[in-house]
Amino acid sequence: MATASNEQSLYLPELATVTDVKTMTETEKYFKIKLNNGKALGHKPGQFVEVSIFGIGEAPISVSSSPTQTDGFELVVRKVGNVTGAMHTLEDGATVGIRGPFGTDFPYEGTKGRDIMVVAGGIGLVPARSFINYVLANRKDYGRLIILFGARSPSERLFTDELADWAKRDDVEFLETVDKGDDTWKGNVGVITTLMPKVKIDPAKTTCVVVGPPIMYRFVIMEAKKMDLADKDIVVSLERRMKCGVGKCGHCQINDKYCCQDGPVFTYEEIKPMPEAL
Amino acid sequence: MAAKTLSKEQFQTFTDNLIAAGRVVGVKRKENKFAFGDLTSASELTLDYDVTLRSPRVFFQPPTEELISFTTGDTTTAAATIPATEPFVLLGVHTYDLIALNQMDRIWNEDNADQNYEARRKAATVIALEPIKASKWSFWASMGATKVEKGFDLLLTDIGGKYVIEIGTEAGKKLISAHAADAKEASADDLAARDRVRKELPSYCKADRKVNASVEELPTLIKSNYENPIWEKNAEKCYSCGACNLVCPTCYCFDVHDDIELDLKHGTRTRTWDGCLLEAFAHVGSGENFREHRGDRFRHRIFRKTVYMPEKINELACVGCGRCSEVCLPDITDPVKIINTIKEGN
Repeated sequence: MATASNEQSLYLPELATVTDVKTMTETEKYFKIKLNNGKALGHKPGQFVEVSIFGIGEAPISVSSSPTQTDGFELVVRKVGNVTGAMHTLEDGATVGIRGPFGTDFPYEGTKGRDIMVVAGGIGLVPARSFINYVLANRKDYGRLIILFGARSPSERLFTDELADWAKRDDVEFLETVDKGDDTWKGNVGVITTLMPKVKIDPAKTTCVVVGPPIMYRFVIMEAKKMDLADKDIVVSLERRMKCGVGKCGHCQINDKYCCQDGPVFTYEEIKPMPEAL
Repeated sequence: MAAKTLSKEQFQTFTDNLIAAGRVVGVKRKENKFAFGDLTSASELTLDYDVTLRSPRVFFQPPTEELISFTTGDTTTAAATIPATEPFVLLGVHTYDLIALNQMDRIWNEDNADQNYEARRKAATVIALEPIKASKWSFWASMGATKVEKGFDLLLTDIGGKYVIEIGTEAGKKLISAHAADAKEASADDLAARDRVRKELPSYCKADRKVNASVEELPTLIKSNYENPIWEKNAEKCYSCGACNLVCPTCYCFDVHDDIELDLKHGTRTRTWDGCLLEAFAHVGSGENFREHRGDRFRHRIFRKTVYMPEKINELACVGCGRCSEVCLPDITDPVKIINTIKEGN
């Protein structure tokens, strides 16, 4: 078939260059990426991009950096499939394709002046970090910043330098736990919900952002409700097979919603009538 | 808009003239069934068909379609692949299929407009046709899919010895003036005959193909039956084959994959039809399958057709063509039986 090249298409990625790669854990790698056209990604905290490894495919990946960081953007990728496996072989200077940013964002605007409580489990810290660092970059616009982080084990903790910084800062209330400790671990042991009763909040002025593996949400939301948080003030980010990112391919549908367009960030109030959400 | 008439003989000549002028896709016999295909002569055209095997959506969203091409290696490049579809006439699209096609136009063009769909759709001149037969599975009469207002360039109604041809667009008008110079203005008698034919139309669907719920009440009725045991019960016999998805004129989900040539440099990204009944449809990289159970997938399809799409675009995504009912080997997916069973229980 005759084709007209260089026509713009929903599915044509922008070329981008990997400018930094770091190994974070056994299964996670960090990537810093810059668009070749010199433009900023222009994302909002909580949005995702479709990353292309040409010849392998495309995968939806949450942006981990705050939009306040303009020198490229950051992704953290767990090696689980073809595309993420191929990403783990990338080195500095590698070319990838980027489409997006796509999806809804954490309520960084509507929560100004309010207290923020972030509950992040494992790799959920990756998208949550885009919001945390946005709040830190605009610290005076927000009330308390409470960060609760849980990892399965000490070796699976991500962004350890930043965790240490948050623990030290006076303007961040940081608590963390691991499901299972080891000889080096002197901190809390237990699932993430065990941290929640340790913080006292004013539910009327607190927004709770929850990001983690699918299993985590139900239990964290139960705890959040015990803290008297309103449904609209509990915010989650859901994982689905967001193949096209533009609301067409159908794979990410959760009942009547398309996770790639109507999500991935939803309030508990929005997902409550969606039996497939959790 | 204005209407013309052509006798059936004249219509044969019109069709041959169209074929002489360019690509014409029409309905042809395929053994004892019917299918859209390229016409080489008007004699191949069959307009008294009941239903085609596949809906005409194949011409706008082909089963496989290249989206981008790329080179990788020392220098990476990527370019969009927008189809340069030659103009064609699509002849004989039944009313219900045109309603589905109109819905696809909305789906692909609203919000993020899909350039590939748009290129193919722009290339088509649609000559629609009011059915004169229904298959034993058809239930379009119950789905309110007997009347279409838009989406056609020309609309044919068989009033016996001739066709009344309603002109829908300038393109349709030009087609008549260029290729059917002998077309007459439809007379009052012709239009009266068309009204009589149109009144008869709903009666072509068989008596046992009546949905016992109105189009208006369907979304609420089905939505309130999310936990109805019918989903699990029917899904017990479901092969998860996805045939219902493949034949549906309003299914459009797709998967995307990359292919790379043996030089390991040049490659393409292609979309292929996918189906929500297939087991891996909602499977993600981390291993989670968000619609792992057959019953959930089975329910999702019917909900999508009768609840989710009406909520999203205010239209049912079922036009009653009956194709899914016909291809379902264990006979569990027929919307008529599902809806009527649910309605009876309520």
